[in-house]
Amino acid sequence: MCLAIPGKLIEIVQHPSGIRMGRANFGGIVKQVCLEYTPDAKVNDYVLVHVGFALSTVDQEEATRAYDLLKEMAQLQELDIPEVEEQMTAVPNDGSMPAKSAS
Amino acid sequence: MKFLDEYRDEALAKKIVDEIRRVVTKPWVLMEVCGGQTHTIVKYGIDRLLPDEIELVHGPGCPVCVTSLEMIDKAHAIAQRPDVVFCSFGDMLRVPGSDVDLLVLKSRGADLRVVYSPIDCLKIARANPDKKVVFFAIGFETTAPANAMSVFQAKKEGIKNFSILVSHVLVPPAIASILQSPLNRVQGFLGPGHVCTVMGYREYEPIAERFKVPIVITGFEPIDILEGALMAVRQLEAGTHEVQNQYRRVVQRQGNRTAQQLVNDVFEVCDRKWRGVGSIPKSGYKLRYEFREHDAERIFNTKEIDTKESDICISGLVLKGVKKPHDCPAFGKQCTPEHPLGATMVSAEGACAAYYAYGRHLEKREPAAALPV
Repeated sequence: MCLAIPGKLIEIVQHPSGIRMGRANFGGIVKQVCLEYTPDAKVNDYVLVHVGFALSTVDQEEATRAYDLLKEMAQLQELDIPEVEEQMTAVPNDGSMPAKSAS
Repeated sequence: MKFLDEYRDEALAKKIVDEIRRVVTKPWVLMEVCGGQTHTIVKYGIDRLLPDEIELVHGPGCPVCVTSLEMIDKAHAIAQRPDVVFCSFGDMLRVPGSDVDLLVLKSRGADLRVVYSPIDCLKIARANPDKKVVFFAIGFETTAPANAMSVFQAKKEGIKNFSILVSHVLVPPAIASILQSPLNRVQGFLGPGHVCTVMGYREYEPIAERFKVPIVITGFEPIDILEGALMAVRQLEAGTHEVQNQYRRVVQRQGNRTAQQLVNDVFEVCDRKWRGVGSIPKSGYKLRYEFREHDAERIFNTKEIDTKESDICISGLVLKGVKKPHDCPAFGKQCTPEHPLGATMVSAEGACAAYYAYGRHLEKREPAAALPV
């Protein structure tokens, strides 16, 4: 019931009754949206729509930042995984591979 | 779709679950408040992805479910009148009253219209000046701005044949009521993201403080819910109880002031009866006196109707997070979405209906330990 989905605002119009309306694209489906509660919403903004009313403009910068932070947290976890120990020999400064010791 | 698909990323979900597993040291009970969140949790099996220490219980946040039987009977009484065009959101059609549901009334000749938005009812009212057009205005704070606008606009335009039957409910009093119950098990909340889009989350701060529970305002996609759970678990493990905002891309602390203003102009807070729970003080909205010309309860003078709920149904305990759907002997047997016995089965967003839809009634399960009732 409290379902609200983000749609891209493609047009803003004034309804004859004076209500600020618009049209938003939801992944290919275009629907009318009342914009009275999002007076600052502009064309190309993503608005969060519930029963035909835009309740908020999606903060794209915040969305990207929060998502990147989550991704980063997930990547950092990988740093926690202990490495498989393996004996290695330092590469000499000249970049040449050290000669393998004869066995 | 942008802002949806990326929040269903399976690999990222697994990483967040790993992080919760790393952080958790003891058992915790979290409640998601909103029915939309319940649906996501059961659909994606999020409760089963989480480590055993974390139990998710499902809250009262489905407005269709908690609309009282008395109010549904009133709606039916109005919808049956020959001079009425009755408009409703689709979710309400199959909700049984004491006698029938709205779809049955339609088959008997009631003029019933399903609307996407309450504003569409104004078009119906303009096109049918000889009829009384009534909208069944249910919902939480999320829906209040839309319902308020329909009445505000009707008054402004002088559309006299439009009224609404108001059954609005409010989340914070319900959370407080759950926390006050002696049976309460909930230690942290995933707060309702879309309710807070409208209202902000300042009113949750005194609740978190008073009851010492963390409340994390949370979105509706799997990644949102997992991150909300992680934030709540981190707080519980650290012994803090703050209101945090996981759903920052949409929710601001002050909410949508423009919407709050109109809601306040049109509605005032009142006591409200919740199906399965009972009356909760100051937990609903009713129309202000200035809008009485558009108040369906006043216009149609609907009387209080005596109703009786099922004796077996435990939906009240499910709504409070004390029991789970499969703890009920009737779940999936006498009680199904086709023949619901109580609140949590009447709408797809109710906990029992969600469990049923994803086949959990077919699973064998150990009987739950007896709880004091």
